[in-house]
Amino acid sequence: MAEEMHIIAALVEDRPGVLFKVASLIRRRGFNIDTITVGSTEKEGLSRITMTMRGDERIVEQVVKQLSKIPDVVKITELKPTESVYRELAMVKVVAQDPEKKSDILNYISIFRGRVIDASKDSLVIEMVGNTKKINAFLDLMKGFGIVELARTGIVALGRGSKSTAE
Amino acid sequence: MKLSGAKAIVDSLKKEKVEVIFGIPGGSTIPFYDAIYESDLRHILTRHEQCAAHMADGYARVKGVPGVCTATSGPGATNLVTGLAVAYMDSSPVVAITGQVPKPMIGKDAFQEADIVGIANPITKYAFQVTSASQIPDTIKTAFLLASTNRMGPVLIDFPKDVFYEEVDIAAAEKLNIKGYSVRSGEPHPYSIKKALGLIISSERPIILAGGGVMASNASAELVKLAELIMAPVATSLMGKGSIPETHPLSLGMLGMHGRGEANNAAEEADLIIAVGMRFSDRSTGRLEEFGRNAKIIHIDIDPAEIGKNVKVDVPIVADARKTLSTLHQKLSEVGSKREENEWTKRVHELKDQFSSNYEEQREGLRPGRLMKLLRGIIPGNAIVTTGVGQNQMWAALHFQVLEPRTFITSGGLGAMGFGLPASIGAKVASPDRPVFNVDGDGGFIMTEQDLATAVSEGIPTISIIMNNRVLGMVRQWQCMFCNKRYSHTDLGKVPDFVKLAEAYGAEGVRIGSYREFESAVKRGLKAEIPVVLDVPISPDEKVYPMVPPGKGLKEVVWYG
Ligand SMILES: Cc1ncc(C[n+]2csc(CCOP(=O)(O)OP(=O)(O)O)c2C)c(N)n1
Repeated sequence: MAEEMHIIAALVEDRPGVLFKVASLIRRRGFNIDTITVGSTEKEGLSRITMTMRGDERIVEQVVKQLSKIPDVVKITELKPTESVYRELAMVKVVAQDPEKKSDILNYISIFRGRVIDASKDSLVIEMVGNTKKINAFLDLMKGFGIVELARTGIVALGRGSKSTAE
Repeated sequence: MKLSGAKAIVDSLKKEKVEVIFGIPGGSTIPFYDAIYESDLRHILTRHEQCAAHMADGYARVKGVPGVCTATSGPGATNLVTGLAVAYMDSSPVVAITGQVPKPMIGKDAFQEADIVGIANPITKYAFQVTSASQIPDTIKTAFLLASTNRMGPVLIDFPKDVFYEEVDIAAAEKLNIKGYSVRSGEPHPYSIKKALGLIISSERPIILAGGGVMASNASAELVKLAELIMAPVATSLMGKGSIPETHPLSLGMLGMHGRGEANNAAEEADLIIAVGMRFSDRSTGRLEEFGRNAKIIHIDIDPAEIGKNVKVDVPIVADARKTLSTLHQKLSEVGSKREENEWTKRVHELKDQFSSNYEEQREGLRPGRLMKLLRGIIPGNAIVTTGVGQNQMWAALHFQVLEPRTFITSGGLGAMGFGLPASIGAKVASPDRPVFNVDGDGGFIMTEQDLATAVSEGIPTISIIMNNRVLGMVRQWQCMFCNKRYSHTDLGKVPDFVKLAEAYGAEGVRIGSYREFESAVKRGLKAEIPVVLDVPISPDEKVYPMVPPGKGLKEVVWYG
């Protein structure tokens, strides 16, 4: 049974070792994180860590409370999937030798609104952006053609509306 | 003013009112020690860095201000680890200063390089590495702030050796900005207070469970006042001993796995649990599913992450214990909620009477419970007792009645054998005028025994009482109860002669053969000017009872083996 996905966004000081501290705490407390991404933000000196996890409310609450105890974590919030927009990027290299199959793949790409970003004689590299469900569905289809390599970024998310997570 | 990094550190430590540092020098800290040499900071040279950390911890717990320890890079720093972990688990403000290999050599596996910042991360509130001398004043200031505010805890500052030599203008040093940390006011939220008052007023059988947070926030007087107002009995966790004088009619003693019968039963029968500065550790609650089933729970803690971590609570109050208790007391007095003796207090007395005879030790010979009671009778109320870990610790917890806060110092959360002796030394340094006793096991004493040399050299007279059963008693007890007496590797074989051992260090050693000898040795110990070691031989078959077997509810107590 799929538990509900939770998205946690943390603004952290851009100091050496911050990601280590966050990762170490997650490991030590036995929290199960599905994806984690780190990147810069609109504010200099602050990075944004976005994590997704499954589990009940109490565990998510513990994750948020424990992480907020790290002095480098300036702000941390749970973003409700219904009140936020979230995207993941996947790049997938698929086998595409047979012209017929290639055209099938291109069809799927257009249905899923992906893009071909590199092509060779017998393979395609596809870029797919979307929520996790959509990407999984697309990858399921691609499995039938043969996936050579796959890279996914994990989810990034923003709350809906004009407010910033930092507020 | 321009100073070398090393001198700037000493200068900052003085600004934090540090009086004493415990430590051992080494290659990477030579420049720091050179600055100590010409300062008036007291330095206590220990014989092991683990002990330096435990001493700083013992000092901190008695004084309520950060204790400071230091070690060189690599092995010196890694030797601190157990001490930091103890301080972390028991929320004790310890500041550790470590040397590191010079910056250009970091990451090159240089001689005596260890990533102590990485190692210390999960067992400290924060671990800094200072990469420029200009960061020194603010880093040290911040380290002391972190260690001693909100939920306290250890902080480590790592200094690459070249930073000690760099010059810094302390007037124009860098400002450090920790945006993610702010000191809590500790004021309870009026809404939570209102809800708590409602629960208290409508309760019939309230109990207070007090933890180490009561000591940390110096809330013991307020706790007793509230307990008396609402006639709530008080049980404590191991860390909470000292929250209420254990001779007080409302005191139930310790709760939990080796808790007293009256405490565990009262906790199960209560309809309201007021938990203060305690974290519902498995050792205190027994089987979580059963804990507090029939009670509403108010949880007062300064750390929001403790709320709901182990137990679901009805009213969380994230605030300072002292402020909260005094607010509750004031509001309850205003509405005239003073209670007299009632059905519940009668029941509490009944429970105490019911179990009182269970603590009597029938057999002949030196018995741990009686020794602890005797000790209490002889030594002054403000004397400090530290403990080892295992049976000795539980005997002290069960039978030694603590009368004042910060006089019972034990490794509660981590349970680190070897804590007792160095903690007693730190405690004595913090409070030289009070007698300090270390109730220890033979196994644990041996783990840090070398620091008797420190106590002797520095003239720090503490008295160790070794409950000498020649076995790793607590583990053996579990083997007896749960492994069908298969005593796998818990017999210590030939235990050293502790009297000769003490004498070899220049301390006084006394072998105890009777209660009378124990009494007179303790009395002499009170006046001793050198450290004393009392070797108290007891039977290896002594057990700690009562015991709630792991995974059982608090009422499923085993009294006899
Ligand atoms: C550093 C450390 N190692 C191992 C243990 C596991 N342990 C817990 S109690 C105990 C026995 C302690 O023996 P002793 O110090 O003689 O005390 P006793 O229980 O006999 O009073 C042991 C080995 C521990 N708590 N700490």
